[in-house]
Amino acid sequence: MSYFKPINKHPNLEKNKLGLTRRDYEGGVSTLCAGCGHDSISACIIEACFRLNIEAYKVAKLSGIGCSSKAPAYFLNASHGFNSVHGRMPSIATGANCANEDLLYLGVSGDGDSASIGIGQFIHAIRRQVNMVYFVENNGTYGLTKGQFSATNDLESKNKYGEDNLFPPIDLTSMAIQMGASYVARSFSGDRDQLVPLIMGAIQHKGFALLDIISPCVTFNNHDSSTKSYDYIRNHNEAMGKTDFVPLGEEIKTNYDEGSSVEVKLHDGSRLSLEKTDNNFDPTDAGNSLDLIREKNKEGKIITGLLYVDNKCKSLTEIMDLPDKPLNTLEQDELCPGSEILEEINKSLS
Amino acid sequence: MSDKKYLFKRNNVWWVKLAVPLSLRSELGYDLRRTTGEKDLEKAIPIRDKIIEEFKTEFQIRKVNADDKGIVLRGTEHMQKTDISDPQYFHKVVDCQYACPAHTNVPEYIRLIAQKKYDDAYMLNWESNVFPGILGRTCDRPCEPACRRGRTHDKPVAICRLKRVTYDYKNDIDPYLPEIPKVKNGKKIGLIGAGPASLTVARDLLPLGYEVTIFEKDNKPGGLMRTNIPSFRLPAEVLDEEVYRIIKMGAELKTNSYIDSLENVIDSFDAVFVGTGAPKGKDLEIPGRKEASENIHIGIDWLTSIAFEHTKSIGKKVIVIGGGNTAMDCCRTAIRLGADDVKVTVRSPKSDMKASDWELEEAIDEGIPILDNTSPKEFLLDDEGKLKGMKFEKMEAQYTDGKRKLIPTGEEIIIECDDVLLAIGQDNAFPWIEKNIGIDFNEWDCPIVDKTTMQSSHPKVFFGGDAAWGPENIIWAVAHGHQAAISIDNFCSEVDLFDRPPPLTNLVSQKMGIHEWSYDNGISQEARLEVPHADLKEALNDLKMEVELGFDEKLALDEAQRCLNCDMQTVFQEKLCIECDACVDICPTDCITFTTNDTEEKVREKLRVPALNLDQDLYVSGKLATGRVMIKDEDMCVHCGLCAERCPTGAWDIQQNNYIEAHNLNKDKAKAKEVA
Ligand SMILES: Cc1cc2nc3c(=O)[nH]c(=O)nc-3n(C[C@H](O)[C@H](O)[C@H](O)COP(=O)(O)OP(=O)(O)OC[C@H]3O[C@@H](n4cnc5c(N)ncnc54)[C@H](O)[C@@H]3O)c2cc1C
Ligand SMILES: Cc1ncc(C[n+]2csc(CCOP(=O)(O)OP(=O)(O)O)c2C)c(N)n1
Ligand code: SF4
Ligand code: SF4
Ligand code: SF4
Ligand SMILES: [Mg+2]
Repeated sequence: MSYFKPINKHPNLEKNKLGLTRRDYEGGVSTLCAGCGHDSISACIIEACFRLNIEAYKVAKLSGIGCSSKAPAYFLNASHGFNSVHGRMPSIATGANCANEDLLYLGVSGDGDSASIGIGQFIHAIRRQVNMVYFVENNGTYGLTKGQFSATNDLESKNKYGEDNLFPPIDLTSMAIQMGASYVARSFSGDRDQLVPLIMGAIQHKGFALLDIISPCVTFNNHDSSTKSYDYIRNHNEAMGKTDFVPLGEEIKTNYDEGSSVEVKLHDGSRLSLEKTDNNFDPTDAGNSLDLIREKNKEGKIITGLLYVDNKCKSLTEIMDLPDKPLNTLEQDELCPGSEILEEINKSLS
Repeated sequence: MSDKKYLFKRNNVWWVKLAVPLSLRSELGYDLRRTTGEKDLEKAIPIRDKIIEEFKTEFQIRKVNADDKGIVLRGTEHMQKTDISDPQYFHKVVDCQYACPAHTNVPEYIRLIAQKKYDDAYMLNWESNVFPGILGRTCDRPCEPACRRGRTHDKPVAICRLKRVTYDYKNDIDPYLPEIPKVKNGKKIGLIGAGPASLTVARDLLPLGYEVTIFEKDNKPGGLMRTNIPSFRLPAEVLDEEVYRIIKMGAELKTNSYIDSLENVIDSFDAVFVGTGAPKGKDLEIPGRKEASENIHIGIDWLTSIAFEHTKSIGKKVIVIGGGNTAMDCCRTAIRLGADDVKVTVRSPKSDMKASDWELEEAIDEGIPILDNTSPKEFLLDDEGKLKGMKFEKMEAQYTDGKRKLIPTGEEIIIECDDVLLAIGQDNAFPWIEKNIGIDFNEWDCPIVDKTTMQSSHPKVFFGGDAAWGPENIIWAVAHGHQAAISIDNFCSEVDLFDRPPPLTNLVSQKMGIHEWSYDNGISQEARLEVPHADLKEALNDLKMEVELGFDEKLALDEAQRCLNCDMQTVFQEKLCIECDACVDICPTDCITFTTNDTEEKVREKLRVPALNLDQDLYVSGKLATGRVMIKDEDMCVHCGLCAERCPTGAWDIQQNNYIEAHNLNKDKAKAKEVA
């Protein structure tokens, strides 16, 4: 039995503007457990990159440790990758971002990686507005180390072995909004129609984009008393209105009634068109967003969709006024200020 | 239509049954009892007729739509859950087997070859198609254009040449042949003609204890396989081995026995099978035909006289008229007999020629020009009244609404020649069947034969092979033979002819444990392998030298690995599915979509890759927890099994679909299964 995916593909497979098919964005065959939500997220990343005509060699995949952090091996084979120490992906991302802002940074982490060991790094990456898409593949457990509780697990839930979770969960979305993240969304690995446009928006957004994606662990956290199982999420998911990603220069195809959608313009001119919800939710108002999340958490609902967006923020490199060009492309004359300037500096010191 | 042939009696009740036309079987199955559920004779007949009528119209509509390549309309309802208990559903997924008239289980024998089990692979073929060595060299191979590999990759698996491998590499298979009862059942069957059709009937009846007598007008058995298929395509040893194997099973063979009156033989037998082929080559009545007749030959008669070594030479310049396989055999034989300028002329454009692509290719490779759009006008004679050439007119093909019309252009050409071979078709001819003994003929002088039972209007007389509906090919003759043998056995046992054994089917899970499956899914991605050929120069000088050498073992094993194991079916159970999409993501050919149900038209459009091949079915599940359904487009599935391998709950399984068409050799098993 061969576990490799045969290389032949459907002859009618759609091609993007680069002449590539979805399959050209694949990675190795996953070694995660069959049915793991993380694999679905990988498929959505593939779909989003395919739709956005992204050139894989202009992408860097960064991750920490965990099943989720293994996932970058299973998409975008032709991209750069860095698998860091547990919880340290954000600092790698920060450094890389400063050195070369031309690459698209896809940080892939887990709830253990980000909400436990790496929480300090996570917060500072947000605070510094690192220009990246930060995926938390949130399964409420330490999958790789066989199912211990993670810090995002709900109070009333039990683990696979029947033990109670004694501590309240960290809500990464509210924390990110409070820390100044400029694009915050929550989704579910099993809802591709929602997730793909959210990823596309996050990629086009400039600044720190957090995607907190509930991603069931079929092996350690998909039992009846879990609040991160496929069934539980499907029964408690309160998806906000539909989000559509509208590429630059294209017309909005979905026809919501007049005044029933909110449009968010992204940095490159593409737009997100959000179906309006009953409660007149405005995703550009941080206070509004925090209220909504708190309210829904109280009701025992999991609110999913685009929760907050600030399309006017400055990213790390802008704040620090770093050169636009990647450091490795700077020539001698750009790096060396020249004798005259050196003279001046020397003079000022004497 | 209230004839009793659609009814049979069991446990003292009348049942309506099958009699489903072949073309509707995939829709209606073999047995209408289940559909009608009506036991009462009077009520059942009209119900049955109505169902068939309804399906016929729907089938016609779907056919037309499919032809137009629009999207098929199967009603305005949401799609129904697929009924995989219908043996035809998965049978259809095995494209090659479904297309084969005898429904040979191709993927299974290809796997046996891959395991070097050549005897088993040969026997599997022999049971189903009777002449694996012959067919492995000459079959018309309807399986190959149907082969899935032609859609998922480039060219089909070399199915036919792999069949030849089973013959070339087998050992002595005599021990595996069915036993022939010493004590006969007392029924005598007369078979007229010793072609593949009759031989198949003999093979299927002998193991049941029938006494079988074969009458053949020639001095050896084999029919057109001996007289017309040239030995450079089919060596005499291969033919003899497989033909005499059947004779040795105990058939009484009477050669040089032309039957000139059916009436004279009919009373000596309990049933008679007519397998006399379509022996009359068509003539070309144009000016000069009579005068030049010495040098004008009817292709099939000419080939026969070469086979029996009555003809040993031909003129230097030869024109072969006709665009089918007979023309190809004639022109290739002519150069081997010493002609040095052979041309084939055909009225239609080359692309419309009837010859199989590979036969045409072989002729072209041997340096024979094909002059298309060339219509014969006149045979030209020299002063001594001898043939010196032919006049042709160039034609032009015009297509309106997909229909072709050949328009004469007025341009004439003259081609010199010494001999002309006519290969423009064959007719059946029954001068020896009396018109008043109860066999009805239609307006074209063909017997009226039932498509399912092969029975003529005379209950004792059955037809098959080219004799039934005109020239076809060997594998169709075999398929007819199987059906006729079933009918003859039913007839002699006083069982209704429409009470036919169902196919033997069996779905066997291939899961052996975690990550363990009992078949090899590691398919080769290589292009189709070419069969080695003999040196062209040598071959052209020797009438008997086989041109194709067949695969050597390494090539055979490599080619076998190209097969996609289409009998390994993906079986889905919605109650186990948690909709995690693992199968969707792993599927290399994007076959699987989870979506809301809709009409077939809409569903086909909204799949991950729209399902535009209407000949291929969609596998639709029942409703899932989210209210969606799983829809799999069978069209491009490569049967890799990864969907089942990646499924966390075992909602997908890979099950081998063992579909064996019933014939007399396995009929008892089929019956036993039906009762159980
Ligand atoms: C030139 C040529 C090449 C062909 N090549 C191929 C090929 O490559 N592959 C393929 O699949 N098919 C091929 N065919 C077609 C194929 O040979 C026939 O379709 C097939 O042989 C039909 O089998 P049959 O049993 O119906 O009849 P036949 O093979 O025609 O056998 C009929 C037999 O009945 C005998 N007979 C006839 N009348 C009487 C009588 N009154 N009394 C006693 N005996 C009688 C004949 O002598 C003959 O032996 C070819 C045909 C031709 C003409
Ligand atoms: C420094 C360090 N501490 C602890 C570990 C052990 N460890 C490996 S993965 C993991 C938790 C991963 O959880 P999460 O990020 O949620 O990933 P998941 O497997 O659930 O996707 C831990 C604690 C480690 N590898 N390195
Ligand atoms: S242990 Fe859980 S998180 Fe890890 S691969 Fe398996 S299902 Fe996914
Ligand atoms: S790939 Fe193999 S099983 Fe499938 S149609 Fe072709 S020969 Fe038959
Ligand atoms: S076996 Fe399953 S995964 Fe493989 S091609 Fe068929 S549907 Fe796709
Ligand atoms: Mg986790």
